[in-house]
Amino acid sequence: MDIRKKGSKLNYTVMMSIKLALRNLLGAGLRTWLNVIVLSFSYVIIIWYQGLIDGWNVQARRDMIAWEIAEGQFWHEAYDPYDPFTLEESHALIPEVLLKENIASILITQGTIYPDGRIQGVILKGIDKNQQVLRLPTDRLVKENGEIPVLIGKRMATNNKLNEGDFLTLRWRDSNGTFDATEVRIAGIFKTDVPSIDQGHVWLALDDLQQMTQSQGEATMIIAGTASLGGVDVPGWTFKDHDFLLADLNQIIKQKSVGGSVMYILLLILAMLAIFDTQILSIFRRQKEIGTFIALGMTRKQVVRLFTIEGGMTSVLAALVGAIYGIPLLIVQNNMGYAMPYNPDDLGIAISEVIYPSYSIGLITGTILIVMITATIVSYMPARKISRMNPTDAIKGKIQ
Amino acid sequence: MEKSSIIEISKLVKRFPVGGDFFTALDDINLSLSRGEFTGIVGPSGSGKTTLLNILGSLDVPSEGEVTVLGNKISTLSHKQAAQLRNGHIGFIFQTYNLLPVYTVYENVEFPLLLLKTLARDREKAVLEAIEWVGLTDKIKSKPAQLSGGESQRVAIARAMVKKPEIVLADEPTANLDSENSHHILRTMEKLNTELNTTFVFATHDEKVMSYLKRMIRLEDGKVAQDEWISERKVAS
Repeated sequence: MDIRKKGSKLNYTVMMSIKLALRNLLGAGLRTWLNVIVLSFSYVIIIWYQGLIDGWNVQARRDMIAWEIAEGQFWHEAYDPYDPFTLEESHALIPEVLLKENIASILITQGTIYPDGRIQGVILKGIDKNQQVLRLPTDRLVKENGEIPVLIGKRMATNNKLNEGDFLTLRWRDSNGTFDATEVRIAGIFKTDVPSIDQGHVWLALDDLQQMTQSQGEATMIIAGTASLGGVDVPGWTFKDHDFLLADLNQIIKQKSVGGSVMYILLLILAMLAIFDTQILSIFRRQKEIGTFIALGMTRKQVVRLFTIEGGMTSVLAALVGAIYGIPLLIVQNNMGYAMPYNPDDLGIAISEVIYPSYSIGLITGTILIVMITATIVSYMPARKISRMNPTDAIKGKIQ
Repeated sequence: MEKSSIIEISKLVKRFPVGGDFFTALDDINLSLSRGEFTGIVGPSGSGKTTLLNILGSLDVPSEGEVTVLGNKISTLSHKQAAQLRNGHIGFIFQTYNLLPVYTVYENVEFPLLLLKTLARDREKAVLEAIEWVGLTDKIKSKPAQLSGGESQRVAIARAMVKKPEIVLADEPTANLDSENSHHILRTMEKLNTELNTTFVFATHDEKVMSYLKRMIRLEDGKVAQDEWISERKVAS
């Protein structure tokens, strides 16, 4: 029998290296599994943390769109949310071109409330009580018994010890600069994760506020209910799209992602050090084995490839082990959410009390690929030392 | 029995750097070995036996002179060509067995055939046959740590023989074995030499090995002090 009959040459060498690497890894027992477990922590923690950031991003964008910005906003050209002095001038008649569209008009002015005898400046926002664009419960702004109904957010209610049905003294200036005051009734308290429409805000029916400020038919901003309105040119009004309106949120998410990346890199370094250390130790501890490989006919390139694949396969095993305990853990976390350990109201941005992580296919495959590629590179570096080994010394384990 | 020359050594010199100087391990060696020989390179420690064996196995190269193994000039072989020569035609047996610790007996013996890209069906047949030659069929799934010294060396012999090489180079194969195991090993190799016409070259200073040799090349201080065919010696005595 000619036992040297060649098998299929297609990928044979690589397949053989994979087979031998797997054999070596599994045969090495505890050493392999310790590395695998350390590396699997990296997978799970990186995916968990990034999933949390992504989940926050998704939730915050969804809430801001639902509660505050919808498909974009037309701002009166004089309106500057960071300059309250512009409020007096930044309102005009609602453009006719938008009147028949799916919109929510908002008139904004300043006012003062006196809860429990204290004085507090507020932003008064009049919104069309029939609007279907934002999630605000504006249907509760229907007048009953001549009382002016208002809506406030839960944060505002808690901070000022206000309850539904309470009466509140409200003072404002009309368009002529004349101060006026009246009693308003808290018709509803809404709960939202978007503090920018809650804290310091009192919501009234648009027609009530227009009447109070003598600004009939006018608004400061118009919320677009359909994306196509973004293309409508309205003189005197500027359209603000999602990119603009979500810029602050995007910036915070970006900063958080950078912070996450630091942890990401630290975890990776930790895991890679474990692999690097194991590989370096292997080169010396397994030099007799390497010498034997060479004596039995392996080329140095094949030995380097074998060691590199061993390192790479550690990351494959780690992905499998990580999946075994990571998937159930991440599913539980996804169902239970992550309760923020501090009061998210203090941040002033849209953040829920409980964040539900979002694990995308991109995040998972991206993380696995990055860890695998890094592990393979880290394994290759010490493996190159093999090519400089003298096989006759290696066989006897003489190299120090 | 075919007696064609398969190893030619001409004016071989091997020097190693030691400090700022050179140590001459082999000096002006001229030898010719034929197919099917059962030859020992004997001599005290430091006489150059292992160095000569390493050069014959293309693990090392001469400093001067020429060594031709199966038509391949060792000094001109690339790493890859040397690996191919070892892989295809030379089997090694080491003093410390050098079995791969995480592999089973079967996997250790199978290893050279994986490198040779032998078909799985042929590979299994050859491995089982080699393990049977050395009488370790019942240990096929054992790991080296579970074997005695004699058993480990028999696995090493099976690994060296599984690809049916033209040449087997054995470096002190009995040094770590007791007398009974040594004789067992040597009888196994002698049998394989006879049945497969494989050339065995030993580096040894073990009297037990010497008693099996058909040819004994004695090295002293890196030089051939004596080259003797045992049948001649017996006749002489």
